[in-house]
Amino acid sequence: MIKITNLTKRYGSFTAVNGISLEVPRGELFGFLGPNGAGKTTTLRIIAGILRPTSGTVEIGGVNIAENPIAAKAKLGYIPDRPFIYEKLTGAEFLRFVAGLYDQEGPQIEHRARELLALFDLEDRRDELVESYSHGMRQKLIISSAFVHRPEVIVVDEPMVGLDPKAARILKDLFREYANRGHTIMMSTHTLEVAQAMCDRIAIMQGGVLRACGTMADLRASATSGATGLEEIFLRLTGENAARALVDVLDA
Amino acid sequence: MRDEGRGTADVLDAKPLTPSSQLQTLTPDSETAPLPNPSTRHLLIPKWLTARARTTSGERGNAIRLGVLVVFGLGFWSFIFFMVYRLLLFFKGVQEIGPLLAGKLLGLILVGFFSILLLSNIITALSSFFLARDLDLLVSGPVDWLKLYMAKLLETLTNSSWMVVLMAIPMFTAYGVVFSGGPLYPLVVLAAFLPYLILPAVVGSAFTLLLVNIFPARRTKDILTVVTVLAGCGLVLFFRLVRPERLARPEGFRSLVDFITILKGPTSPLMPSEWVQHAVMSWVNGRPELLPFYLLWSTAAAALVLGALLHRWLFAIGFSKAQESAEQFVQGGFIRRVAHGMLRPFGIVRRELVLKEVRVFFRDTTQWSQLILLAVLVMVYVFNIKFLPLRGEGMTFFLVNVVPFLNLVLAGFVLASIAARFIFPGVSLEGRTLWLLRSSPMSMRELLWSKFWVGTLPLLMLAVAIVGVTDYLLQVTAFMMVVSVLSITFMTLAIAGLAIGFGTFFPQFETENAAQIPTSFGGLMFMMTSILLIGLVVILEARPVYSYLSAEAYGTPIEPTAMVIGFGLSAVICGLATLAPIEAALRKMER
Repeated sequence: MIKITNLTKRYGSFTAVNGISLEVPRGELFGFLGPNGAGKTTTLRIIAGILRPTSGTVEIGGVNIAENPIAAKAKLGYIPDRPFIYEKLTGAEFLRFVAGLYDQEGPQIEHRARELLALFDLEDRRDELVESYSHGMRQKLIISSAFVHRPEVIVVDEPMVGLDPKAARILKDLFREYANRGHTIMMSTHTLEVAQAMCDRIAIMQGGVLRACGTMADLRASATSGATGLEEIFLRLTGENAARALVDVLDA
Repeated sequence: MRDEGRGTADVLDAKPLTPSSQLQTLTPDSETAPLPNPSTRHLLIPKWLTARARTTSGERGNAIRLGVLVVFGLGFWSFIFFMVYRLLLFFKGVQEIGPLLAGKLLGLILVGFFSILLLSNIITALSSFFLARDLDLLVSGPVDWLKLYMAKLLETLTNSSWMVVLMAIPMFTAYGVVFSGGPLYPLVVLAAFLPYLILPAVVGSAFTLLLVNIFPARRTKDILTVVTVLAGCGLVLFFRLVRPERLARPEGFRSLVDFITILKGPTSPLMPSEWVQHAVMSWVNGRPELLPFYLLWSTAAAALVLGALLHRWLFAIGFSKAQESAEQFVQGGFIRRVAHGMLRPFGIVRRELVLKEVRVFFRDTTQWSQLILLAVLVMVYVFNIKFLPLRGEGMTFFLVNVVPFLNLVLAGFVLASIAARFIFPGVSLEGRTLWLLRSSPMSMRELLWSKFWVGTLPLLMLAVAIVGVTDYLLQVTAFMMVVSVLSITFMTLAIAGLAIGFGTFFPQFETENAAQIPTSFGGLMFMMTSILLIGLVVILEARPVYSYLSAEAYGTPIEPTAMVIGFGLSAVICGLATLAPIEAALRKMER
């Protein structure tokens, strides 16, 4: 469903993404892990059609996003890490606007928007301006907006940030169910427990390249012996120096 | 928890929607399903809803704001209307060349408008096409390039042109009234003015598109800011040095040839401003011409098509580049060491606050580039004082010394404008970093006073320099020099205090552009209060100054009581206006 081939993105002399290739089939929940500055957000923004790659291609459902952006984006819902919502729109107006971008309107959209808002406990606030929403409420609204037009693929950058435990649980269920029903979700996260519990496959990215990609079993195999949990695997693959340095700093 | 699980399932099980339901499975039908194609109107819905929410929200003080804006707006319109109206009446009375003069004036104004529109569109296009925060949402959606172009172009045009339109309304009205334009006149103006607004929007957006494809967007923004300020300054200087008021005094020219030469410049038959002028003047002169309308509309349409094509070719690449930040390395070891040394006696907290203020100011192009504008403002001001006709017949000692006293009003106004630009936005610019200062063990008093002094000291030097130089040019007496310098010193402190106070009470934390902060409601309130203060000081000092000038001119006795009361009260009021707003601001910050 998502096919990335030799993707490279350079910012001047800095290479943010360096020739990565991967495929995410239909019905898979795919996790993207990596330390800060690894190139995850850049990769997701290229998949969403916001950034153009320096080289390489991205296909969504077999459609090349550079060659046929509208057809590719029609299949996609994107949730950025720092989402923007129009402050002076109400929650319901915002969902209606996003649905309209995908040519969807009418009673069905109203019904769906109401359901999504109810799911995230926002129904009572649906007619309030977004400027009065808390950080977590905005995050719930932006997640609802990605589902309102029922895309085939959802690309989401750090979905759990700002969510309370209940909303985080709902989101996990929603993602899992959505993937089970044949849709594809690609998400980046720093919460390793979430990735381990939810994702069918996980890619670990560092310095713009994929250090490992596969199921938990694959990752365990690719990490050195003894690593069982994702945190250990992650640290081994991305280097433990930082953790050791931390001890040094605290002991200084 | 089970309920929530069911809720999730319910959402996912919701009845299929059209056309997305077709997209859920990759059947042959889904490949041929029509692609989403949101209209330009749909893309503009958030702007419309935002504008509506802003006007209808029942926030406290909205009615007062509206009232102040209406009063100011009507006052502004009346002022422009009567200025142009009187000038046109005078022109109309001049035989033979009256309509020519009126047309030339219109041409000159329209050339100015066009330059302003072009610059404003270039700057605005950078924000609306490349840096606006809603672009991620729109660009990641299935939005057609042409619809996005039209929506963003309309947004750019509206944001860049509203001020010019507001100025043009009373101006064109005066032309219509003086030259009896008739009932169809507003439509004629609309038909001529609309393509005139479209042209700079298209050209400006295209220019920005090209620039963003060459430079990173943040660097482009810096370059554009400086270019705009320089161009704006050039325009101000040009109009000041041309001295358009001379057009109203033909007898001031050595010969008719000189006068005609002035009338000929600086317009060209290829400029859209000239077409609008021809369209409007031919109508009011009773000989309507269609050619200017053809030229305006066909050029606007052609520009729109070319602009759209350019957008299609370059926007995606440019937008992607715009997401990259310019690499900026900051050096300044020597200056840092010197500044550290100079500020050492004030302690670490004050030193770091002052250094932060200075660094942020000089690293923000939108901020420091305003210094260029300021320099031009001061130049124009001194230039005007220098050319005041205060020498010659009928100019008494009394008059020559009253003018520098009234000069305080003008100087005070200039200082208030500068404080509005540089001191008023201080607290607003802390914006989202305020949490850092507030959560630190530093008192808000330190923060506000450091902002006060960082802004006030340069302002004070400027104030004393302006008044000193202009007093020197006017050759005033020593007494008047002392009164002027002391008064402007007290007024500067008070204006700076007011700027800090109002800036704290009406912060604009969310703004992206520091240059927009002074034009907010709080900025308007600050300017009004400053003008009131200046007026009050001048009124209080008028009596003692009059007493002194009378004594010098006519030998009447000086009134010491009037002197003490007048100057004393002024000093007290300035002192209060300095301290009270800062104390009030402090209480607000600590609440």
